[in-house]
Amino acid sequence: MLNYAVKRLGLSVVIVSVAMLLLFSMIYLIPGDPAAVALGPRATEAMREALRIKMGLDKPVWIQFWNFFASAWQGDLGREVLSDRPVAQVVLEQLPYTLALIASGIIWSVAIGIPLGCWAAVRRSSFADRLVGVLSVAVIAVPSFVIAIYALLIFAVTLRWLPAIGAGEPGDPGSQIVHLILPSLAVGLGWVGYIARMVRASMLESLEASHIRTARAFGLPDRQITYQYALKIAILPTVTLLGVGIGQMLSSAVFAEIVFARPGVGKLVYDAILTRNYPLVTGAVLVTTVLFVLINLLADLIVGALDPRVRSGF
Amino acid sequence: MSELEILDLSVSFATGGGDLQALNKVTFKVPEHRIVGIVGESGCGKSTLIDAILGLLADNGRIDGGEILFEGRDLTKLGAKELREIRGPRISTVFQDPMGALNPVFRVGRQMTNIQYRSGLSKREKARRAAEMLRRVRMPDPEAALSRYPHEFSGGMKQRIAIAMAMMMEPALLIADEPTTALDATLEAATIDLLLELQNQIGCSMLYVSHHMGVIAELCDEVVVMYAGEVVERGTTRQVFLKPRHPYTQRLIECDPARLAGRAEKLPTIPGDIPDLRARPSGCVFAARCSLREEVCGEPPPENVREGHMARCHRAAEN
Ligand SMILES: Nc1ncnc2c1ncn2[C@@H]1O[C@H](COP(=O)(O)OP(=O)(O)O)[C@@H](O)[C@H]1O
Ligand SMILES: [Mg+2]
Repeated sequence: MLNYAVKRLGLSVVIVSVAMLLLFSMIYLIPGDPAAVALGPRATEAMREALRIKMGLDKPVWIQFWNFFASAWQGDLGREVLSDRPVAQVVLEQLPYTLALIASGIIWSVAIGIPLGCWAAVRRSSFADRLVGVLSVAVIAVPSFVIAIYALLIFAVTLRWLPAIGAGEPGDPGSQIVHLILPSLAVGLGWVGYIARMVRASMLESLEASHIRTARAFGLPDRQITYQYALKIAILPTVTLLGVGIGQMLSSAVFAEIVFARPGVGKLVYDAILTRNYPLVTGAVLVTTVLFVLINLLADLIVGALDPRVRSGF
Repeated sequence: MSELEILDLSVSFATGGGDLQALNKVTFKVPEHRIVGIVGESGCGKSTLIDAILGLLADNGRIDGGEILFEGRDLTKLGAKELREIRGPRISTVFQDPMGALNPVFRVGRQMTNIQYRSGLSKREKARRAAEMLRRVRMPDPEAALSRYPHEFSGGMKQRIAIAMAMMMEPALLIADEPTTALDATLEAATIDLLLELQNQIGCSMLYVSHHMGVIAELCDEVVVMYAGEVVERGTTRQVFLKPRHPYTQRLIECDPARLAGRAEKLPTIPGDIPDLRARPSGCVFAARCSLREEVCGEPPPENVREGHMARCHRAAEN
């Protein structure tokens, strides 16, 4: 397992480096002078020149990339334009809000989606199974920002059950959790459907396997066969799907943060784009990329821990 | 006394193209401490018969009639819970596919202790019994094997684990569904010796299913020949192999690769296919492929029994 984890971690480092190269090329290829954009139209040529030298833009491109690359790996993402604070610090301040949002979205979708998928698989082609199928497809089909807006209108504005905006009082976990409910529902609801479909399909496949017949032939209890012998195999593709799907969840989080006026990386990027705060956009995108890669790494490690064949086959 | 007695068992599957009658009035006995072989081409209903005995027919399958008497009880009348009490401790099974028979994500030891859940032994005791059983099937380093996963074993070793699991239950009846089909000839011989040895030690009866005549001849006391879901011939191994009375059995013996070892370039096969089981022929099921076919074969053949040797053929009286 350790061997597998080390190899997989090495792969993650390579992926992040490639992502950095892509991100750097994108900034480099965007037409226009970053110094001019940063200083605005009223700056003099001398001021721009001074900023260009400060930002290292006068150096050859490969040196610029190396500087970007080396400082990013050390956690230095430059300074943001408006307040001159370190980008890394600004992004990391917002990160916990987004992490909490995504984590609770995942908790929703896993806590409802997995049992629902198993339940439907055990009752395949019954009315209940079809109903779960239709509902799953429905929640998958509705975009998460539509869910966010309707959830806001129904539960916060009309019924007044839950707060509409913000992330709750700092230092008050109760208030923060209450403020998380609607946004995380918006992020996670579609995933309830995905996971239910996925678990159902892989449960049906794994219940057909011949080792399940062996388990039945030894008279093992049905509950143990379904929830232990079959589910441990059926869960594997779902974990992988969640790891990859985290990218989509991150983009749902952007919408949820905007609709519910919550702090977070999504809201940060949105505001940074509106104010053309490019170093902040770059930094936030890079942090998000690292987050995505880390969650994928985690998903692969979980699959490795659950499936001995993956560990030895890597 | 018989351990298992099957009487007029009929099983059908509901399919898109109508009902498929997979077993038609199957009758035979497995006497105590005896090994009975079931032989027939693939698709003739051998696995369906086993599933029916175990109460594990697919969802679209149903028992249309007949009895499965085991230790004095008719298994077709038992509920799911009572059948589960029998599966494992009284009747245990070794399946055909050693590659897929074990759960890939649990250690062998865990799977072997899980099936002892009724025993009331401590976890330690269960593990000790599992290791002891692996030793009896000549698994090298049994203790270490318990903490390995199935994919770390070869096909032959996995089949040994499957046999150890079945024998650990000390069943009254062991069912083996083509346990050696996926193995090469050397492993096949070793596996058969192992089954015989354990069957002797435990003193159980055995129902051994194969499409391979040579294996049946070597292992079994009695033979049941099945064709298209029907028993076409039944007798002691000597009777069936020395004096086969049904043309299908005669063809099967001629086609056995072991008899032709080295000589034949191409395996002779019986020309033609098993009839469509959704529309059974009204007469003899084998008639369409039989070289001795006559007009009378359009009628259902009677059971012809001589000295306990049964053949379901119009011309059985001649031989
Ligand atoms: N679940 C099922 N649904 C429909 N037909 C089936 C099903 N299971 C088996 N059969 C059919 O029943 C017949 C007997 O199959 P099987 O018992 O597997 O034969 P064998 O084990 O002798 O190869 C075959 O024609 C097969 O297609
Ligand atoms: Mg079969």
